Amino acid sequence: MIEVDAVIIGGGIVGASAALFLSKAGRRVALLERDFCGSHSSGVNYGGVRRQGRPLSQLPLSQRAHELWGQLPQLIGIDGEYQRSGHLKLARSLNDLHALQHYAVSSQGFGLDLQLLDRHELRARFPWVGDVTAGASFCPDDGHANPRLVSPAFAQTARRHGAQVHEQCAVTAVEHDGQRFRVSTQTGLELHAPWLLNCAGAWAGTLAAQFGEAVPMHAGHPAMLVTEPLPLVMNASTGVEGGGIYARQVARGNCVLGGGQGFALDDARARPGQHAVIEILRQAVELYPFLEGAQAIRTWSGTEGYLPDRQPVIGHSSTQPGLLHAFGFAGAGFQIGPAVGQALTEIICSGASKTPLDAFSITRFHSISVA
Amino acid sequence: MKAVVIIGAGPAGIRSAQTLMAHGVRPVLLDEAARGGGQIYRRQPENFKRSAVKLYGFEARKASGLHQTIDALRGQLDYRPETLVWNAEDGALDTLHEGRAARLEFSRVIVATGATDRILPVSGWTLPGVYSLGAAQIALKFQGCAIGERVALCGSGPLLYLVAYQYAKAGARVVAVLDSSPFSAQARALPGLLSQPATLAKGIYYRSWLTAHGIPVHQGATLKRVNGEQRVQSVEWSNAKGEHRLDCDAVAFAHGLRSETQLADLLGCEFAWNPLNRAWLPQRDHAGRSSVAEVYLAGDGAGIMGADAAEMAGERAALALLEDIGYLIPPQRPDSLERSLQRISEFRNGLERAFAFPEHWASETADEVVVCRCEEVLAGDIRKVVREGHWEINRVKAHCRIGMGRCQGRMCGAAAAEIIACESRRPVSEIGRLRAQAPIKPLPFGLEVEP
Repeated sequence: MIEVDAVIIGGGIVGASAALFLSKAGRRVALLERDFCGSHSSGVNYGGVRRQGRPLSQLPLSQRAHELWGQLPQLIGIDGEYQRSGHLKLARSLNDLHALQHYAVSSQGFGLDLQLLDRHELRARFPWVGDVTAGASFCPDDGHANPRLVSPAFAQTARRHGAQVHEQCAVTAVEHDGQRFRVSTQTGLELHAPWLLNCAGAWAGTLAAQFGEAVPMHAGHPAMLVTEPLPLVMNASTGVEGGGIYARQVARGNCVLGGGQGFALDDARARPGQHAVIEILRQAVELYPFLEGAQAIRTWSGTEGYLPDRQPVIGHSSTQPGLLHAFGFAGAGFQIGPAVGQALTEIICSGASKTPLDAFSITRFHSISVA
Repeated sequence: MKAVVIIGAGPAGIRSAQTLMAHGVRPVLLDEAARGGGQIYRRQPENFKRSAVKLYGFEARKASGLHQTIDALRGQLDYRPETLVWNAEDGALDTLHEGRAARLEFSRVIVATGATDRILPVSGWTLPGVYSLGAAQIALKFQGCAIGERVALCGSGPLLYLVAYQYAKAGARVVAVLDSSPFSAQARALPGLLSQPATLAKGIYYRSWLTAHGIPVHQGATLKRVNGEQRVQSVEWSNAKGEHRLDCDAVAFAHGLRSETQLADLLGCEFAWNPLNRAWLPQRDHAGRSSVAEVYLAGDGAGIMGADAAEMAGERAALALLEDIGYLIPPQRPDSLERSLQRISEFRNGLERAFAFPEHWASETADEVVVCRCEEVLAGDIRKVVREGHWEINRVKAHCRIGMGRCQGRMCGAAAAEIIACESRRPVSEIGRLRAQAPIKPLPFGLEVEP
């Protein structure tokens, strides 16, 4: 039997950050991961570290995360290939450009410092962008990082600060005996704690439902691919207003591209699917003509949790004291994850998060019946 | 109507096609090469005129037989050469032919994807002038080229002596054959090898021929390093007598073969660890049925058995397929094929003993040796990740890029597994299996799509 202050279910970037900040605050923590830490969505996502384009309600948390990312080496001991390259959101039409202008106005005051570029300015500053674009919005301090390295490093650092990290350790039962949680694992561990953090990503709905607050979550599977190393051309991470293809180039020259949806192989594994892969290969050359003739060498996907409003659930359970949720990041949890871990830590250590979390309450789904 | 599809026009694929056609089933035969025949019976370009005996030696009759079969069939079946199958999902194969992407739905598919050399890197192996044994053989068979003027052939496996013989016969100067397996292992393996006396005799013939023609053959000889500035200038090797150095301008090396299993993986076949092949292989029954009802496996792609076995396994898998879709098949034929395959399998056991895997390779490989040439990952990089606590091969890949490059681990995966196992002190069977991802081979941007 293991007695801790908090049991965290899920070793993705959110759970591992919570483990790290709680350990640094002197709390005894056990982080339970069914597979390997950072091996699912947190480790196989596109790697965008971007505030631009998020709903306004996320920007305070996202801005906090931005500060944490700025100290990444001090935080997790590696640079994680993080670079503040800027994030360029492209508009394919004047309508889309208007949407970007509208976002720039409404997000003023959150510190994004967005720069709107018309077709001419875009061409002059980012000559590698294709002619199909009508303009763009540039966020100079957004960027990208390598999720394969960053997410596991949060768990590794938490371990160095004293957190127990249990990998390949699926949870088989969770109950609350009136005083504390009792968590059993497939490996035969039994853990007791007054706090339980549900950071189980696309699989978090099961635990929420067990405590009487089912959420209408579904899994998404982004299609992703990477090229062979190419001459350095892209000096910003990019996306497209209204969705579509997103792309970045890493320092060693490979271009990482995503867009469209793949499919699930089973509960835990997904593939990008030929349809999405071929669409990326076809469309990317319009947006980024320099890719013509380059080769895609690998494709992959992951399993992400989506709620109908594409906003996460973060904060207290409304049915079980001591239970905190943080899931449903709709494919955009990588940048914000460290700040979420910090906010959960504040709830446990000082009673409330410094950043308001009201918009992310699980109670917003209580009137919705879950099929 | 959905097609019956065969992937790969080597010995297994061609015999599969022939068997299906003989029963009135017209398959689609997909092959990456321009002309059918596979690797071991690889054909020269159409306008080359060397004789079969010159190209294939003892195997000339088998090679010609196979080539005549595909030539006779090609007008009747739906034969699609120069077609890469880059993905499989949802009952369909995704292909690329002359820059055009297309889908091919299948009702049943026979996967006969063959094998490539198993590479255990040494210092200097990425220098120009270093080839795999299979590649050295293809240069000769396909284009009539030798890889150099003074060639050292190293590693282990039956291909080592065959390539040496073929090179010497073609007039190249073989400066030495360095066989890493000791003579004692080969003596111990003899009983198993006697199950195929004709094949054994050929092996002995090649070796005696080399000796008779003054070509030095060293057993228990480990290739240590390939030296050179712009290209190969010499090799260093060692045996019980000490360290040696040998001038040469080209090196071919490999330690046996490894199965190309990615498509079977993408098709959803279950895999099991195979100690003889020292690899994860798609599971199949004696007839070649995989764990997926519509998928059949034949030839070296499902476990190394050689070309003779591939022909039989191709026929056997086609018979199983025919039976499964309600055709009457010759009642005695499956048993007779399975008995012959069993005999070859005993022989393979002997061969694996004779050309033993160099167990010490992983521990003796220096940190500075490049293991993954696509991503330039060193043995030391892999070991560092393992020392950080990782041991599952896909996790090690995520941390140091081993197997993440152009070849997707087809060339470096086996070597990486050995190093991870050695460094983490786990059996190589217990570090997981490198997951296959599409595309099997690189896919270009801007490709056209068939409607």
